[in-house]
Amino acid sequence: MSAGTAGEFDYRARRQQSRRRLRRLLILVFDYSIMIGLAIFFLFPIVFMVVSSFKPEKLIFDDLKTIAWAFIPRDITFDNFTSVFRRVPFGRFMFNSTFIVLATVSAGLLVNSMIAFALARLRWKGKTVVLALVIALSIVPLDAIVVPLLVLVNEFPWIDGSIGWLDSLHVQIIPFVADAFSIFLFYQFFIGIPRDFDEAATIDGGSPFAVYRRIIVPLSRPVFATVAILQALFLWSSYLWPLMATRGEASRPLTVGITSFYGQDVKWAQILAFASMITIPVLILFLLFQKWFVQSVAATGLKG
Amino acid sequence: MRRSTGFHGHERTYAWLMSAPALIGLFLFVALPLFGGLYWSFTNKRLISPLPTKYVGLQNYQNLLGLRIIRLEPEIDPATGQARIDAEGKTIYPRTRTIVRGNPAYQGYREWFTSDVFGGRYVVIARDPTFLRSLVNTFVFVLVIVPGQGGLALLMALLVNQRLRGRYVFRTIYFSPVVTSMAVLAIVWTFLYNPDQGLINRFLSAVTFGNFQPDWLVSADSALLAIIILSAWQAAGFQMIIFLAGLQGIPQSLYEAAQIDGGNTWQQFRHVTIPQLRNTTIFVIISTTILAFRLFTQVDVMTKGGPQDATVTVVFHAVDTGFRQQKIGYGSAVTVLFFILVVTIALMQRALMKSDIEVE
Repeated sequence: MSAGTAGEFDYRARRQQSRRRLRRLLILVFDYSIMIGLAIFFLFPIVFMVVSSFKPEKLIFDDLKTIAWAFIPRDITFDNFTSVFRRVPFGRFMFNSTFIVLATVSAGLLVNSMIAFALARLRWKGKTVVLALVIALSIVPLDAIVVPLLVLVNEFPWIDGSIGWLDSLHVQIIPFVADAFSIFLFYQFFIGIPRDFDEAATIDGGSPFAVYRRIIVPLSRPVFATVAILQALFLWSSYLWPLMATRGEASRPLTVGITSFYGQDVKWAQILAFASMITIPVLILFLLFQKWFVQSVAATGLKG
Repeated sequence: MRRSTGFHGHERTYAWLMSAPALIGLFLFVALPLFGGLYWSFTNKRLISPLPTKYVGLQNYQNLLGLRIIRLEPEIDPATGQARIDAEGKTIYPRTRTIVRGNPAYQGYREWFTSDVFGGRYVVIARDPTFLRSLVNTFVFVLVIVPGQGGLALLMALLVNQRLRGRYVFRTIYFSPVVTSMAVLAIVWTFLYNPDQGLINRFLSAVTFGNFQPDWLVSADSALLAIIILSAWQAAGFQMIIFLAGLQGIPQSLYEAAQIDGGNTWQQFRHVTIPQLRNTTIFVIISTTILAFRLFTQVDVMTKGGPQDATVTVVFHAVDTGFRQQKIGYGSAVTVLFFILVVTIALMQRALMKSDIEVE
């Protein structure tokens, strides 16, 4: 019919389209500004900590007056780091923390996956009771038992014949190997593996342990990674128990090492250097294995 | 019906053998201290003491929960028979300490707080005002942080769930405090919170031209808020990931159906995202609640419960009495009450989850 209406229609459609495009652009700008604002909020303490750890004490306070300079490295010095090494056995703390995490996690993976295997894949009397017990114990928070636990481990004998576990590395390892929540995570994963797999193995004359080792463990890498990461995160930052169970520097982990360092003498440049030395290695590990970290955390929420 | 498992060897023996290490561990380090704590909470046990431990019944619990409210009578001027009034025209009340000392029934009580309500002055006295304050603080902390941190986490999850360039970078940044130890962060934030020289007040001063300068950890009014902000900042990334997993579990077809029905972005969020996230949200709320009840590290590092008990928490009080003051019996009683609190919350979770499944 008339060209006018077609043109008008065309014009209106184009206007609508450009309006929609503008709206989408505005939403995009809005989203990014919130995301960038949040990124600054989540990053500034760590950036400030790392940048300041390379500055002389006086310069940190001078640069704070201008805010922006607080985030810009200048007059780079390593004195703060050498002072930390001079004042405390940092290497010892780092060794203790690393050893505690590695020993507890590796022993825990074995112990907790074995019981979970027995609960999920084997047929035995007492299974339901044990499973109920594990679930019940998984809601006991560590904080609810630390005071009596301290009394108990103080009375426990050790292999060298001495009494009392306090002020040692094993007091920070052995109590945390068996973990009800880890058992629960393993159990949920093992229950989902099809039965045919172990039946095939039993025909070959495998014992239940052989099925666990040759079939279940190789199939369950993701849940092993999940449990390992969650336990490592928890143990690495544990503070309350080592605070109570250690007295001297020889068996202290990093968390108690830095808080007692902070309690002795407030030299902020050195404290921030200490804090950076604890934080940076973990952040690097996190960046390298990010996918695993994220999957582990997501796994905790899938089933409560 | 017998299923043929056909295991060679004894399935039952293997089951017990493979369970034994974990069962021994859980017994020695979870069950035993749990019941030991319950037992010691009825005694006056101390960590190191020349005196033998004695059974004291419910005394520890009475000391923890002992609470009385007294109505104060104004002082009467003997000359006029009227209530005495000070220079500013306010009624003069006797000092609480005089009243508590004067009445044998109030022995062992200390003033918690005084309040002018219903046209009179009431004073609340308690045997352990610090414990009651720790309960209040812990509940305030939970009630603020659960919606605050959860809301922040949901917002972040929604943002990084969009197909936007750089979303993984943002996700990584938001999550990074989670992998950092709280003890370390608490020290760093103590520096940030310094009222005069800290970065946070320098920034606030620049933005508000010096009009907003809280004293943060130094003042009883803002110390708990300061700890809440740090805690939410540290842990929000964790809940973000859980929300993200929940969001990614929502079938795309539901959104497509909503689009066909002409639903806009808000309607899709309201009628698809929110109902589909119900389970995830319940999980986040309950797990954050339980974690929040356990607040300790930040308080111990930053404020030691002060100023004026403003940041003392239940776990802090348990450690302070049971470990630092070595009153095992008393500290155990605190942890028993704490445990009851946490279990109640966990049971509420189960109940909520169950009713949710029925709805589905």
